[in-house]
Amino acid sequence: MTAPDKLLTLTPQHIAEEPYYQATSGEVALFEAAYKHRLPMLLKGPTGCGKTRFVEYMAWRLKRPLVTVACHDDLTSSDLVGRYLIIGGQTVWMDGPLVAAVRSGAICYLDEIVEARKDTMVVIHPLADDRRILTIEKRGEVVHAPDDFMLVVSYNPGYQSVLKELKQSTRQRFVACEFDYPDANTEAGIVMRESGVPIEIATNLVKFAAMTRNLKGNGLEEGASTRLLVHAGQLISAGLTPAAACQSAIGEALTDDADTLAAVLELSSSLF
Amino acid sequence: MNDFETILRQLERWLEVEFSMKDVSGIARDIAVLPKKDQDFILVWTQRLSAAHVQIATLFASQAPDLTRRIDRRLIEAWVMQSLDAHDCNGLQAAVNILREVDRFVELRHEHTAGIVLDDVRGILLTFARGLSGRHLLLDVSEDAWTDGETLYLPAIVARMENAEDNFILCKALVAMLWAQGHFGTMRVLFEGFLADYPDQDRALLYFNRLETLRLQACIARELPGLFREMKRLADEKLPTIWQVYAEFLSSASASSHDSLALLHESLQSEMPPPVCYQCALRPDAVVARMDREKALLRIKLSELAESLQQQPDKSRQFELKENQTGGTSEMELVLDDMPVAPPDNVKQLLSSIMLDFGEIPPEYLVAAGPGEYDPDLYRATHKDPDQVWQGTYHEEGATLYPEWDFGRASYRKNWCVMREKDVPFVHDDFADQTLARYAPLVRQIKRTFEGMRDEDRLLKRQSQGEHIDLDALVEALSDIQGGSEMSELLYARLYRAERNIAVAFLVDMSGSTKGWVNDAEREALVLMSEALEALGDRYAIYGFSGMTRKKCELFRIKRFDEPYGNAVKARISGIRPQDYTRMGFAIRHMTRLLQETDAKTRILITITDGRPEDYNDNYRGEYGIADTRQALIEARRAGIHPFGITIDRQGRDYLPRLYGPAHYVVIDEARTLPIKVAEIYRRLTV
Repeated sequence: MTAPDKLLTLTPQHIAEEPYYQATSGEVALFEAAYKHRLPMLLKGPTGCGKTRFVEYMAWRLKRPLVTVACHDDLTSSDLVGRYLIIGGQTVWMDGPLVAAVRSGAICYLDEIVEARKDTMVVIHPLADDRRILTIEKRGEVVHAPDDFMLVVSYNPGYQSVLKELKQSTRQRFVACEFDYPDANTEAGIVMRESGVPIEIATNLVKFAAMTRNLKGNGLEEGASTRLLVHAGQLISAGLTPAAACQSAIGEALTDDADTLAAVLELSSSLF
Repeated sequence: MNDFETILRQLERWLEVEFSMKDVSGIARDIAVLPKKDQDFILVWTQRLSAAHVQIATLFASQAPDLTRRIDRRLIEAWVMQSLDAHDCNGLQAAVNILREVDRFVELRHEHTAGIVLDDVRGILLTFARGLSGRHLLLDVSEDAWTDGETLYLPAIVARMENAEDNFILCKALVAMLWAQGHFGTMRVLFEGFLADYPDQDRALLYFNRLETLRLQACIARELPGLFREMKRLADEKLPTIWQVYAEFLSSASASSHDSLALLHESLQSEMPPPVCYQCALRPDAVVARMDREKALLRIKLSELAESLQQQPDKSRQFELKENQTGGTSEMELVLDDMPVAPPDNVKQLLSSIMLDFGEIPPEYLVAAGPGEYDPDLYRATHKDPDQVWQGTYHEEGATLYPEWDFGRASYRKNWCVMREKDVPFVHDDFADQTLARYAPLVRQIKRTFEGMRDEDRLLKRQSQGEHIDLDALVEALSDIQGGSEMSELLYARLYRAERNIAVAFLVDMSGSTKGWVNDAEREALVLMSEALEALGDRYAIYGFSGMTRKKCELFRIKRFDEPYGNAVKARISGIRPQDYTRMGFAIRHMTRLLQETDAKTRILITITDGRPEDYNDNYRGEYGIADTRQALIEARRAGIHPFGITIDRQGRDYLPRLYGPAHYVVIDEARTLPIKVAEIYRRLTV
């Protein structure tokens, strides 16, 4: 088979400015070690605890371009690898984001990997072990990943659906790092820094988050994430009352159940 | 104006004077002199109440003329509703007592207008408490507010404040104070036991509680400033000078229960200020009992754990607790004989509960219980099922209680229907095979049709985007270009993944009136339907319903959602026999619940009946039954379920549109055609 004349590929972008990231334990050193030894990484943790921000920060720190793919339940292997397009009567191969990342030695971050269809996993398997290759079946091409390419995937073990479990054959290829919400002081610092609220408000937001996290499994599927706290803080900075901000940014985001929502709002109004 | 004669005749009819021989002319005369709107008010309610019980109606009618002159009408209605609720839950005598004590009701009307009924806010308060504590707390009713650390007890009605809003705040304040007892160490001191040093233990406990309340108030002011602002509004107390000094001392952030203890001796010399409205009671014995129980439970669980791990008995029974740091999160880990053991969930819960009490796990708690040390059954029995409190209905010997809609009162009768699920007895005969043989051509056709509906993964061609190039389309497009015409953009092929995600429940009338042809037709229809659904692959369940009065509402399991279609199901279909009456509301409510528990994108409830809802001597016949069934269907729709009615009742056209809404029902004129039609109806419903 002869390769077609034309080939389109994306150029992954570098991150210009240092993203704000507050390390909580040894995750930076772990990531750097994995990068050095060309090992792929699996980031576990609840939504909104800083996984994506961490990857952005590491890409900046290691001075590698970053390709992020948000996985969804209709994501096929061709969405990652690429496909033929017809442009002006010519077939043109368009690299998918994963191939583009491999070719340019970028960090490829597959966010919420369990959401993707099961057949997409097969594509990343040879890339995630010591072969470090990616086969583009349709072109009969094998792309060898350069040393500075790195695969990072994330997943949230909190979902209780059996369909959203990561298979052993997949997870055993990765160096895993567990993320959780930072401790109260760090989290308050993050909320302050990101939203510009004074320390007292940030501390109370963090206390409120702890209360909602207490309710995980008791009416709430998940507690309030750091991201939601930042949202609430931003609303407060914009002039909303803390109660209104907590309702819109946190309470309503967590649940639709009227009773649980009422109780969550009572908790926030007790604090402010 | 209603004249005396009309009123008298109406009363005689509703109050069944024919049988009671009671003279109601006095009542009629009292009513006759009232203004028209009062007359109508009394007459309407008398008629409604007579449907519940003649005695209730009589009691009402005899008192109402006097009451309309001095009491607000809304209050009279509240009074009547309360007696009806009492009648529903506790019988006639309870209702009569309430009706007789109208003045007491008026005295207590404040409680009914401004009071907070614990049952109404249970969900919110429980979530509130769990959010504060992070413990799986329970909530229960008691005379006053107190806690043993596991269950929060609150009064059934909180009505100390002027209005409902403040009473709710008081509820919240009580919950927060109870949480503070555990969180800020009051309970730990209670467990240590200090009262023995005091001659008058009751008085010492009261004083200690008063001091602790001052301290906990300050803790809440620091931790929950928003709530404390409201609490201060409820009670801005003036303390005697010496107690002000105590309050100041106990308000410091470093003050602990031991500081209250240190002040106790001195404070006993002074007069105690009256308790503040959100002050809770202390029950040291209950706290000690709960902690002992948890210790025993933990040690029993540990001994079970040790037995399951160790081959030889009589080895070490001392566990150790280690904190295991992994990637920033810490987890508790038990260690036995240098072997780490992951604690099961119930042990984890106990550990964290004890941890909250003591701040650590005392080593003696980690010794597995020796044989015979505790009687495990004794401790397990006292452990309550958390679901009992958490869920709105309680389970009583396998029965579930469902409410019923009373259109006359325009409200639900609480816990009215006592429902039980039963299995249809097997009848192993050749009914299913015979049916299949008799309808053989139809069965073949149904199977073909339904297999055709079965959605499968397929390649969609000529798409505007997709993972493959559609070569046929491309060749065509290229020749189009050669020919000078414009090139099509639909050049790709895409794999379509089918997801027909439907769960359907069939609810079949098993009332006595189905005896004969209708019953046969229903059973045949179910056999054919099952064949069709097997071909289609939709998830389905089949239940039959029947009832005789609200106390005997029965739902018959024929096929559960997770049960495969096989000989057992066939034998149960064959075993469907006519039972009693057509009480429908409870059955729809229960099916709604079952459907909600299944995971499907589309949920359908198909009812197959032979007539309007009715029940034995119970007023369910007629408008009442239709209104309740309609309400149950509305509830189902609100829960995201699509109800559809199939009926073999030619008069059905009168009431079915009201029940199911237009186009959501079908009337079958001839019972015999039911089996032929059901599959077709289902097909139309789901394409």
